[in-house]
Amino acid sequence: MLAQFLQFLFSGVTVGATYALAALGFTLIYNASHVINFAQGEFIMLGGMLAVFFTQAGLPLPAALLLAIAVPAVVGVLLEKLAVEPVKGAEPVTLIIITIGASLVIRGLTAVWLGKGTHGLTAFSGDAPIAVLGATLMPQSLWVLGVTGVIVLALWYYFSRTLQGKAMLATAYNRVAAELAGINTSWVLLLSFAMSAALGAVGGILVAPITMTSYDVGIMLGLKGFVAAVVGGLGHGLGAVVGGLLVGVLEAMGAGYISSAYKDAMPFVLILLILFFMPRGLFGGASTERV
Amino acid sequence: MALLDVKDLSIHFGGVKAVQNVSFQIDAGIVYSVIGPNGAGKTTLFNLITGVYRPTTGEIRLDGEAIHGKSPDELARRGVARTFQNLQICMNMTALENVMVGAHLRLDRNLFKAALRWPSLRARDRELREEAAELMRFVGLASYQGARADSMSYGALKRLEIARALAMKPRLIFLDEPAAGLNPKETIEVDELVRKVADAGVTVVLVEHDMKMVMNLSDRILVLDYGKKLAEGTGAQVRNNPDVIAAYLGAHA
Amino acid sequence: MQKNAYFGLFIVVAVLLVLPWLMPNSFYMDLAIRMAINAIIVLGLNLLIGFAGQISLGHAGFLGIGAYASAALPTHFGWHPLLAMGAGALAAAALAGLVARPIFKLKGNYLAMATLGLGIIISIAARNEAAWTGGPDGMPVPAMALLGLELSSDRHWYWVVALLLAVSVWASLNLIDSPFGRALRALHGSEVASRVVGVDVVRYKVAIFVLSAVFASLMGSVTAHYVGFVTPGFADFFHSIELVTMVVVGGMASVYGSLVGAVLLTALPQALATFEGWETVVFGAILMLCMIFLPKGLVPTLAAKFGKGG
Repeated sequence: MLAQFLQFLFSGVTVGATYALAALGFTLIYNASHVINFAQGEFIMLGGMLAVFFTQAGLPLPAALLLAIAVPAVVGVLLEKLAVEPVKGAEPVTLIIITIGASLVIRGLTAVWLGKGTHGLTAFSGDAPIAVLGATLMPQSLWVLGVTGVIVLALWYYFSRTLQGKAMLATAYNRVAAELAGINTSWVLLLSFAMSAALGAVGGILVAPITMTSYDVGIMLGLKGFVAAVVGGLGHGLGAVVGGLLVGVLEAMGAGYISSAYKDAMPFVLILLILFFMPRGLFGGASTERV
Repeated sequence: MALLDVKDLSIHFGGVKAVQNVSFQIDAGIVYSVIGPNGAGKTTLFNLITGVYRPTTGEIRLDGEAIHGKSPDELARRGVARTFQNLQICMNMTALENVMVGAHLRLDRNLFKAALRWPSLRARDRELREEAAELMRFVGLASYQGARADSMSYGALKRLEIARALAMKPRLIFLDEPAAGLNPKETIEVDELVRKVADAGVTVVLVEHDMKMVMNLSDRILVLDYGKKLAEGTGAQVRNNPDVIAAYLGAHA
Repeated sequence: MQKNAYFGLFIVVAVLLVLPWLMPNSFYMDLAIRMAINAIIVLGLNLLIGFAGQISLGHAGFLGIGAYASAALPTHFGWHPLLAMGAGALAAAALAGLVARPIFKLKGNYLAMATLGLGIIISIAARNEAAWTGGPDGMPVPAMALLGLELSSDRHWYWVVALLLAVSVWASLNLIDSPFGRALRALHGSEVASRVVGVDVVRYKVAIFVLSAVFASLMGSVTAHYVGFVTPGFADFFHSIELVTMVVVGGMASVYGSLVGAVLLTALPQALATFEGWETVVFGAILMLCMIFLPKGLVPTLAAKFGKGG
């Protein structure tokens, strides 16, 4: 009983960490520009796929991983510069379609250049499973959780202790005021897209050894990451992390105890429930509209 | 019985007490103005009475019926109309259509009849178009009849909102700073328009900063300061009230 | 604006009447029928997105409900196809109403997220419930019988769909220039203003969402009978996005834009087939370029350029 529960918990938390990173990515971009970036999932995909590609090309692991993070970051910047900035102030639907279009382009190019096959990445510290109270934990899961934890702490430090981080937050709250205070808001926007992409890519790299990767994993990962962001409260950083873990765990539990066929549907049932009962998400606050 | 009776009305936004224990009455057929420095709570008061905000405490009665907490569309049904300080115009429609929307409650809104182009519906719509055109003439926008809302000037849009409010055939109309942002000539035109509206029998509640206009038009004035009622009375009474002079009017009024 | 708008309807009808004689072969006939079906769906969706300003990212889910109702109910329970179609529409309406009410009571655009979730759940259910839906491979759909006559040939379908399209365009034009339609557009223009003139905002949003869901379900049934087969892909996220794209590219809040969007984006995948492997990239690129340079959509942008601006 316990063993089974722990098993589901471990796999849920592991994949939940990826969702958390994706949700953080959504949150960063949403805060900076009020855009919901439907291409976020593709950054996750790129992370995993590029890590595979670069290691297969012969690069040592650290270099391959670095590139697998840097390239998506550059793609994120391109996305912001070419597709988001030109249409500032457009209707929300327009922006959504643009980011969806971008996700198609990224996915399509990946399929053409890196093929449609499924790939695995070698685990960072081997495949020997660790036994915990009757359940097995993959070493890679520890990497996932560890790295995610470090990143979350780093982001927390960045936003609450450094000037640049606070500048980003200021831009999110009130762009004009931030500009008047001397903050270069277009740079902030660029940075948020780059960081978002990098976060997604890291998530993709970390889980690639466990869940395999291919050109089309981005869609579901992105959508679920989005659900996690909404569950936590769209725009709330800690909410994104908690939301991600929650979505991952509930998905694993649901798949394990209720129905594995509906595994992919779990997060979306969750978002409906959240919208019905707690629309601002777990951490979102109330706001009044000035007329 | 007064048309509008406000008792001990308060609203708190977190720690900010935007309106505190305000009480007043408005009789039917008069022009009642609410004045006070910026941030005194005038628009908030409007929002409370017209259902945009829900009061924290207090009562609002319209013809004896409690209306506090009711939504704006429920208030519209009871003959309450309003215009907005920051303009709420539907820029995606023509000027005429904006006015026609004001008559919403007086029309057959049936979806199926609309889709099937029911003759009675079409006839009523044609009548409404005439009515709306007439209202636009009434407020001085005759030259904008074929225009799209997004091509009109700020001053024109302010008058368009009044036309839309009048299309509701209201008994009580709240005008939130109708002269704000207008030059002296336009302000005089608005002054005359408000007079016309009041003469037509509609009870007018006005928020304005232009003291000349307020003193000219108002039968009674309410002075707010920091969300509290500072004074109430006729123009002469308010003008000579020492508290009001100190807080707001200064030596000249 | 009224006279001009209805003039377009004459053109549409004229085109529909002449088209069959211009078709070189059945491939084009099939394409035309698919275009017309999509156009009707898009008209309904545009009422929601363009006129009422609400975003639905799961509309294909309602298509799926109609399609699978038309497939499963006659097959498993022996229902008459028309009855099944009605049942599908009713189910779509009920589902839409159930979800819409709580969502629209919230401030902000939560419909996008709710419909996203709903659409995906429906498509996954379609894939899983193999006993009812035939699973990932889908299931065949019995032929539609109208007044005793079985609809089988392309020609029959063309006239049925053409008629439906003409009626839909006419009804949409009527709707827009009516008290109901004006209230809807006012809602999009300024929710505050519409509230203050007495529009029950929640009720209208729910009504238009349910209406567009019913449109979709009915056309889902029509598609199912026309194609003769239904698969889970019909209700999936991609299809939902394709539909939204048709609205946005053709022109939000534009009846004729809906037609243009449907025609172009139904033909596009066929045209892109020559790109072999690059279809996704090109499709995505077209989407992005369209939205960046023509954010109002084709028809409104062209209309503005050539004077009218209606």
